[in-house]
Amino acid sequence: MMKRLVILGGGTAGTVVANKLRRRLSLDEWRITVIDRQRDHLYQPGLLFVPFGGREDLLRPRRRLLRNGVQLLIGEVASVDPERKSVRLFDGDVVGYDYLVIATGTSPRPDQTPGMLGPQWRRSIHDFYTYDGAFALREALQGFTGGRLVVHVVEQPIKCPVAPLEFTFLAEAFFRRREMRDQVELVYVTPLDGAFTKPIASRYLGRLLDERKITVETDFLVERVDAERKTLVSYDEREIDYDLLVTVPLNMGADFVGASGLGDELNYVPVDKHTLQSKANPDIFAVGDANDLPTSKAGSVAHFSSEVFVENFLQYVAGVAMTHRFDGHANCFVETGDGKGLLIDFNYDTEPLPGRFPLGRLGPLSLLRETKANHWGKLAFRWIYWHPLLRGRRLPVPSRMSMSGKHRPDEEVRP
Amino acid sequence: MTTVHVDAEGFLTEYDEWTDELAGQLAARIGIELTDEHWKAIRFLRADYPTHGETATLRRVSTLAGIPVKQLFALFPGKPAKKMAYIAGLPKPRGCV
Repeated sequence: MMKRLVILGGGTAGTVVANKLRRRLSLDEWRITVIDRQRDHLYQPGLLFVPFGGREDLLRPRRRLLRNGVQLLIGEVASVDPERKSVRLFDGDVVGYDYLVIATGTSPRPDQTPGMLGPQWRRSIHDFYTYDGAFALREALQGFTGGRLVVHVVEQPIKCPVAPLEFTFLAEAFFRRREMRDQVELVYVTPLDGAFTKPIASRYLGRLLDERKITVETDFLVERVDAERKTLVSYDEREIDYDLLVTVPLNMGADFVGASGLGDELNYVPVDKHTLQSKANPDIFAVGDANDLPTSKAGSVAHFSSEVFVENFLQYVAGVAMTHRFDGHANCFVETGDGKGLLIDFNYDTEPLPGRFPLGRLGPLSLLRETKANHWGKLAFRWIYWHPLLRGRRLPVPSRMSMSGKHRPDEEVRP
Repeated sequence: MTTVHVDAEGFLTEYDEWTDELAGQLAARIGIELTDEHWKAIRFLRADYPTHGETATLRRVSTLAGIPVKQLFALFPGKPAKKMAYIAGLPKPRGCV
């Protein structure tokens, strides 16, 4: 009897897991199937640059990114039946499994905020976390003649939590380059009590916003968008006017997760935070943004946690205890405009600290400091992503976070 | 007042050191007088924390305890998530990077 592993979602985590396990599990004994709605794999980190003119190399056929021996099925999942161990698709097909990996990520849901979707959607109200949204925003920025641009986050958690800040920095530099900075008022609106979630990085990024004359509006929890008056309204009756709104809608896991009784209030799969095994059913795992891990929803987490998951999964199917522990490791390049960037590296227990990465004193990259190398690092990452990373090859960055090269600032971090 | 363990911001660090009476005192400190409506939210937070392992977000409270977010803002003005956690003797809700 062939054992059947079914992976729902062929994004970063789903692809890495499929490719790594295809190498490690016997072709004679295991059938591995990836199910995804779309034929093309989208390089999500590239979306950030689209509104400012970047456009190359965002989509590649999923089939080419998956190893031979991994089946790809194009279809949309309607529900999972953990009792019967089957997945039902909207076209009526039913796919049975022995083990299931949920890797369907998280998606922006503008429908969840009253007034956001409507005649003004993609006219004066934009998003940049979707392919169509990023290109529509590009048109809007090209035609923007001045006024108040509001960058807004509905609620945490969102995927790539630094991206709204990066967008703001890039927008500021964009208007400066076009010699119209003095005609644009930039406002950053967040539900958090500071620029970012972690104190040291938040102070540092908050200072960058100050220096660039970007107003920050904190603790703003949006209740509705008044698209006619071009106003954001919060639950405690505060109002923020805009001429152009760039919002990050509420992020939610896939609807089938909730419909199948496998999710929390945002359709994320509750998992053991070290092994990624579903708390509801031992033969179901959730990797990448689809789970409820208390760390960033980001490609780096998807990648690092997938490595740990693969080792655990091999133990699990062999009937032995899972001994590998994911530590919540994440790292992100943060674009700050003008061809510079910074880098943050952290895990469940250690907030982003200044220092060098990945090799202690050698670097070559700097943590929490604006440098040109970090910007080039971000651009170079695209090649790494399409080639060794998705293929599931070893990269020189370990999945466990290292304290090598990091130091706790005595007080304030100085740029 | 009995001695309890708190962090730098005054949030209780020991789940079991919390009592109803203490909740009343904590609430008074931030200018809130507890009504049945407040208690409904606080009881939910207390019950949810041990199984969930995290302090519930406003969305979680509104979805699972059936208290609209708008009402949570009326009950705990300004920063409801933070104030609820403070009175319920739980860690400050994480922004969850």
